Amino acid sequence: MEIKKTSLNKLHQSNNAKFVEFAGYEMPIQYSKGIIEEHKFTRSHSGIFDVSHMGQLFIYGDESLTKELEKIFPLDLKNLKQNCSKYSFLMNEDAGIYDDLIITKIEEGYLIILNAACKDKDFEILSNQLGTKFKMNLDNSRSLIAIQGPKSVEILNSIIDGVDQLNFMTGNWFDSDNQKLFVTRSGYTGEDGFEISISNDKAEKFVENLIEKGAQLIGLGARDTLRLEAGLCLYGHELDINKTPVEANLRWAISKSRLSNGGFIGSKKIMNQMRDGASQIRVGIKPEGRLIAREKTKIFDDTDKQIGEITSGTFGPSVNGPIAMGYVYKEFSKVDTKILLEVRGKKYPANVCALPFYKKNYVKGVN
Amino acid sequence: MSEVKFSKEHEWITLEGDVATIGITKHATEMLGDIVFAELPEKGSNVEKDGTAGVVESTKAASDVYTPVSGEVVDTNQAIVDDPSKINEDPEGSAWFFKLKMKDQSEMDGLMNKEEYDKFAKENAS
Repeated sequence: MEIKKTSLNKLHQSNNAKFVEFAGYEMPIQYSKGIIEEHKFTRSHSGIFDVSHMGQLFIYGDESLTKELEKIFPLDLKNLKQNCSKYSFLMNEDAGIYDDLIITKIEEGYLIILNAACKDKDFEILSNQLGTKFKMNLDNSRSLIAIQGPKSVEILNSIIDGVDQLNFMTGNWFDSDNQKLFVTRSGYTGEDGFEISISNDKAEKFVENLIEKGAQLIGLGARDTLRLEAGLCLYGHELDINKTPVEANLRWAISKSRLSNGGFIGSKKIMNQMRDGASQIRVGIKPEGRLIAREKTKIFDDTDKQIGEITSGTFGPSVNGPIAMGYVYKEFSKVDTKILLEVRGKKYPANVCALPFYKKNYVKGVN
Repeated sequence: MSEVKFSKEHEWITLEGDVATIGITKHATEMLGDIVFAELPEKGSNVEKDGTAGVVESTKAASDVYTPVSGEVVDTNQAIVDDPSKINEDPEGSAWFFKLKMKDQSEMDGLMNKEEYDKFAKENAS
């Protein structure tokens, strides 16, 4: 299959990007400054991320659509206000996760942002669930740009007046330079920031404008260290079809009002696990010293019994040390539990710790 | 001190008497990116030509460090273990990895000189 390119590909090239293939797309892993500099720049200033490979699924409909979507997602969509977003999952009957996503109620229906590697399958699953009653558009004509970090609000507001009035996890349509942009105050770095849906032909100029105002392009490498410091899950690592939201320690994302009656796909398993607890659970892990424990590292207790596995592990530039997330049996999931990590045949001490590793800086109450 | 020699695994080596100093090349650090962890062989241990003799990890991945010659480890550079970013800053100088007492100096014969290595690195750059 031919590798796909986003509409910012040329801009990445002219900014000396190193590319990798990610979910069938040629994406920048880093630019010339490197992952640590890019990471720190995002935390202190403003980083631009090309996330155009992600799916932007528009589903058009009224209350009947809301009703149908509540049969799929564990969310109280009836009471979700227009232009408000929720983090959720697409699950199978056993509450295994097909994908994690952000769903926003918009005037025309819903906008769902899907992971690149999952979007085509998600579309198929949702099409089968919803039938032909609602128009669905997995929109390839739009790019998705994230701008993250403390200076982002000032920079973006100087181009799109009014975005500073958005609260965290809300969005709206904005007019700018004769184009309609959908902007949400959200992101995946632990910083205040925005995601902008923009037509492909306008994306490059828009990003050049952001760069002129002082933001810098940031690659997928730093996106990974940023999200891991923020304790956020990445599909294919912390989340997959064999994990449930309860196991992934994402109970907070399941609307309480949906737990009494269920009625969404996977609800039986979710309700059981909410009551009884899950046998394994996602935790934060901090290796002692500087050792990095990567994905698939085995976790042991002090009697040499394997008790879990790392799902993501790296060096956290803002934490200035190694960090990881992984799954352990419930009895080992308490903060400060001593565990051992097997790296290159030797076992090294580590501790279960609270998430996030880095305090989130979301802007909650603008208005 | 001898002329600097280079291996295909991107190590550099200099020889003073029968003690070789070994590190990784600037080209290697550029391919690896930001180095955040280094593990060195134990002092007193013996390493074999082309065998592993340490690990470096960047934000992206772990890579083995090989030794281009055999010998007994007589010294290691603790400064790069304590602050691995030094490896990116001065890979072919102060950020050496370990020193070996060589058994067989003829093992140096197959290694590349600077000009040969630069050509090799250019051809193998990804």
